[in-house]
Amino acid sequence: MGINYYSGLLSGQPQGTPPAISAEICENPRPNLKEWKGIWVFAEQEEGCLAEVSLELLSVAQFLAKKRTAEVGVILLGYGVESLAEQLLAWGAERVFLAEHPALEKYSTLPYVRVISNLITGIKPEIFLLPATSLGSDLAARVAARVSAGLSAHCTHLDINDKGELRQVVPAFGGKVMATILCPKHRPQMATVRPGVFRKGEPQKKRGMIERVAVEISPEDLKQKVLEVHREKGPARAIEEADVVVAGGAGIGNKDDWKWVESLAEVLNGAVGGTRPLLDEGWICEDQMIGQSGKTIRPKLYIAIGISGVIQHVVGIQDAKVIIAINNDRRAAIFQSADLGVAADFRKLIPLLVGNFKKI
Amino acid sequence: MNIIVCVKPAPDPKRWDSMQLDPVTKALQREGIPSVLSPLDKRALEEGLRLKEKHGGKIAVMAMAPPSAEENLREALAMGADEGYLLTDRAFAGSDTWATSFVLSKGIGKWGTFDLILCGSYSLDGSTGHVGTQLAEFLGIPNVSQVVVVESIAGGILRTKILVESGYRILESPLPALITVTRDINTPRFTSLFGVIEAESKLLVKWSARDLEVSPDDVGFSGSPTQTGDVFLLEMKRQAKMLSGEPEGMVQEIIRKIRQALG
Repeated sequence: MGINYYSGLLSGQPQGTPPAISAEICENPRPNLKEWKGIWVFAEQEEGCLAEVSLELLSVAQFLAKKRTAEVGVILLGYGVESLAEQLLAWGAERVFLAEHPALEKYSTLPYVRVISNLITGIKPEIFLLPATSLGSDLAARVAARVSAGLSAHCTHLDINDKGELRQVVPAFGGKVMATILCPKHRPQMATVRPGVFRKGEPQKKRGMIERVAVEISPEDLKQKVLEVHREKGPARAIEEADVVVAGGAGIGNKDDWKWVESLAEVLNGAVGGTRPLLDEGWICEDQMIGQSGKTIRPKLYIAIGISGVIQHVVGIQDAKVIIAINNDRRAAIFQSADLGVAADFRKLIPLLVGNFKKI
Repeated sequence: MNIIVCVKPAPDPKRWDSMQLDPVTKALQREGIPSVLSPLDKRALEEGLRLKEKHGGKIAVMAMAPPSAEENLREALAMGADEGYLLTDRAFAGSDTWATSFVLSKGIGKWGTFDLILCGSYSLDGSTGHVGTQLAEFLGIPNVSQVVVVESIAGGILRTKILVESGYRILESPLPALITVTRDINTPRFTSLFGVIEAESKLLVKWSARDLEVSPDDVGFSGSPTQTGDVFLLEMKRQAKMLSGEPEGMVQEIIRKIRQALG
């Protein structure tokens, strides 16, 4: 819900407007913007494990920090997580702000927002990146409202423009439209990024240090309680890690034929994914859904079976090295986004393919 | 219980393929594409209706949108909401999530005392998923994101089940609170003909920036921390080599491509 930064475009306003705004800012730079320095990342952790996306963000932060000649800071909240702070130093963090408190052991919106907002207003980072996970998005939105920061969601590209501003590219309309977002007058410039969109870097020689943060939490913040945490492990092979991903779509038709997708993935030592309709059918888990509201993947090989190729799906596979699409509808949109298109009935084709690979 | 459901009318996704960018102005051409309530908006409203059936009270549905959204609010009234509020003003155009939640918070402040606010967890068009959470911050109330089950409301405490990537959690929040709902929370009811007729006589109010006592500087383009620059269509086309014919003949070619990809 909510009108957002696209509403100007949507309401048919003349698009001369955004450049006009930039020009005005050029003439009236706000001096206090200069006080904001450093590129920060929020490190998401659960039960003492760092989420992979934290390292992906750290890698982007290093790229941005080089361009701004700035330091990379990481915020880590939890309880008994000092070893993770060390891990973050090993991945190139220059300052790790470590806030430990029993109330921070499990993510809870209000205590997390308070600790992080206080840090931001105290130390004044220029840029703050967070994971676009369920919890990361919740945190980002509330912090941005509290500290009056600009916040963009689900960035696919991040860079510094020639004015030294964070240039954020975000999808709208399920990825049909991409928009560039700038945040000229407010700091920090905040952005969220989905897991898998950027690659993590390499471990480095430690050169940073851990800075312990005093934790002050108001009793009001503790009225919201996390009563239970249930972890349900996803499929054995995470699709964003796999070199080969075989995915099915609505064209699979019935559950009996789903086995062909799985058997092709098996002989290719790949992971199995699917589209939104298959999630609705319950054939795949949330973790396996590829596309705008699911995973972004970049395997060496992506095989799409019975997938029509709506934009919401294709946006999640555009970085795959090779895409092979199998669909019996010659006009399916997926063929526009594939390297090899096969207009055939997968029920006949896949058994032959699987048989061939089994022989080898 | 006083419940407010915030909704975001957006262009019908079934028609997104016909949207084009104007090559000169870079504006998105969406003429003729009607706006609809999103499936998540309807789920938020459905959950509100169920809570009202259980606990009594009334439901207001609220949107910040162009005047044409009146018909979307009318649809929400036909589904069963009691009152509709459309926050609409030229000054709101270009609002980002920060400015939008700010305007909604003013609308809710004007409306009065509430117990629960329901929103979809993200909109159809921008899909940032930020507005509900930011609205809660502006109202100074707790928020719960990604709710899949409202387990109970008793003694001023709301108990919910939320979805996260690794599984789910059970949370407790004091009321008043704001929740954002996910796709799996319920199946929205159909609108009956009776509901449509009844909706015609329900209260539907429009509030402008002046009614909400907000300064144009704090909303719209000028009140938004983020500014939209270039807009472009994503080019994802590849030159597919097409195979057809008998499966046996195609298999060898597919295997060659697979080997090449993995080599």
